[in-house]
Amino acid sequence: MRRRQTAPRTGGLLRRLPEAWRRPLAIAGGVVAIAWILIALAAPVLAPHDPLAQELPRLAPPGPGHWFGTDQLGRDILSRVLYGARVSIPLTLLLVALSVLIGGLLGACAGYFGKWVDETIMRLADLVFAFPTIILAMVVAAALGASLGNAVLAVLVVAWPAYARVTRGLVLGIREREFVVSGRLLGFSAWRSLRVDVLPNVTGPVMVLATLDIGTALLLLSGLSFLGLGAKPPSPEWGAMVASGVEVFDSWWVATFPGLAILTVVLAFNFLGDTLRDALDPRTARAIKERAI
Amino acid sequence: MTLLKVDDLVVEHRTPGRPVVRAVAGASLSVAAGEVVGLVGESGCGKSTLARTVCGIGRPASGTVSFQGRPVTPLGLRRRDPSLTGIQMVFQDPYASLNPRRRVGDQIADGLRTAADTSTTPADLLDRVGLPREFATRYPHEFSGGQRQRIAIARALAARPSLLIGDEPISALDASAQAQVARLMRDLAVESGAGLLFISHDLSVVRLIADRIAVMYLGKIVETGRTDEVWADPRHPYTRALLGAIPAPDGAGVLPAELPGDVPDPASPPAGCRFHPRCPKVMDVCREREPEFGPVACWLHEPA
Repeated sequence: MRRRQTAPRTGGLLRRLPEAWRRPLAIAGGVVAIAWILIALAAPVLAPHDPLAQELPRLAPPGPGHWFGTDQLGRDILSRVLYGARVSIPLTLLLVALSVLIGGLLGACAGYFGKWVDETIMRLADLVFAFPTIILAMVVAAALGASLGNAVLAVLVVAWPAYARVTRGLVLGIREREFVVSGRLLGFSAWRSLRVDVLPNVTGPVMVLATLDIGTALLLLSGLSFLGLGAKPPSPEWGAMVASGVEVFDSWWVATFPGLAILTVVLAFNFLGDTLRDALDPRTARAIKERAI
Repeated sequence: MTLLKVDDLVVEHRTPGRPVVRAVAGASLSVAAGEVVGLVGESGCGKSTLARTVCGIGRPASGTVSFQGRPVTPLGLRRRDPSLTGIQMVFQDPYASLNPRRRVGDQIADGLRTAADTSTTPADLLDRVGLPREFATRYPHEFSGGQRQRIAIARALAARPSLLIGDEPISALDASAQAQVARLMRDLAVESGAGLLFISHDLSVVRLIADRIAVMYLGKIVETGRTDEVWADPRHPYTRALLGAIPAPDGAGVLPAELPGDVPDPASPPAGCRFHPRCPKVMDVCREREPEFGPVACWLHEPA
């Protein structure tokens, strides 16, 4: 530590980051995630073609005019992948935010109020846990009808119990703490106690779970689209694009590039989640300091 | 005027598959307005459970706790009865008694809101507990244990309690802070006319601040009396043993007398007097019948 401070080698900006973030995976994850968010924002500027226009030669291999090639309807795959970020990334973030909100709130109520509230909420969560995730999501999506909105709802149904369980455990550990009891002695209602004293002290670990979960949520969401239960054509959704690429297996580029897009986003958010977890976990903190670049 | 009256209180801890633990087994105690009562006893004798039950945290198995003539209802999920916010507590662990995510000023302001006090500011209260006024904008992690305990006292006092309870508030502090914080609690409570129930296992500190002492052993109050009287003439053998265990800083190099044995398991207390297995003056009657009288619950001091 000290040695590094006295002899900085490169980039002052990098030095200013906390140790946990000064690792190759953390930086790679951060850079890729930020890049994808920027792409999602600037897709209309970056994309060379209209993602829906069917005006190019069909199934053209990657080349100078269209770097990622074209699909069987003559649409530019690069443009579709870039526009796909506008579909998948905001929906995934919304989905995770909603799961945190719903799961966290239900879990906090279960942990704080206990008794029948706890029993009801947690048995419901167990019920969802008992099914394989993708199967249950498929059932829900199929029952609601194929659309991207319904796919989000379906993933929400399978995603909230994880947050409920984690939040409940954290709340159980904190609700008997002296500062929570002190608040109650001062006349806080249970609701105010939960809002003011309990919830702010459980958000850290829940946020880690959420960041780690962004990758899984994106996979599930594009998985549903891949299975035809999510985005409908011609929407440039990555999962749906991979599905259409499977039909033309010889033209490898049709499925590969959207697949790579999914891969990089999922990996980037997983790296970010791991980093956040390590940064918040004091047991790994020292090991991180030693490995920090 | 009696502020707090605890009458034959029994509190049990029940865990499925284990014998019932009677943490408090028929204790009686009273605190008058403006009076400082020191509750002393070894670890595990039920002092804290008694204090928590007085606040309404936990439900008595039998017996009554009344505050200002009205029964104390156990704190459930409902808001605490406004008439009970007159009982406030300072906890043992200063590191757990403040919310790490909120500024200390906001936490003290919660107490002021409880008392509907709009003329006092959190800074005024920090002033009263001997901390700089500008600490109100800081977070708990910036303070030492002693400072945190002062902040916890400020928050409790902000609610204008008529009974302040200190549940071993000084045992987690270092020696230099102990006497200061104990005196501060006494002075502030007495100043505002409130009663103070001060729980500690440190007799030398309790002697400094308490008007009256209650000695607790295995869930029962075994002796009560004015501090100076108990100090000068301890009558229950257990009180004698406790006082005898205080090291005397007289340079004579005499180690304090030690009480043999440990506090028995409260799940299976000994028959007869609870202290008889460790008592140096044990008699036959002690093994058979429990001394159910006061102020000294000992067959040697049976009232005529």
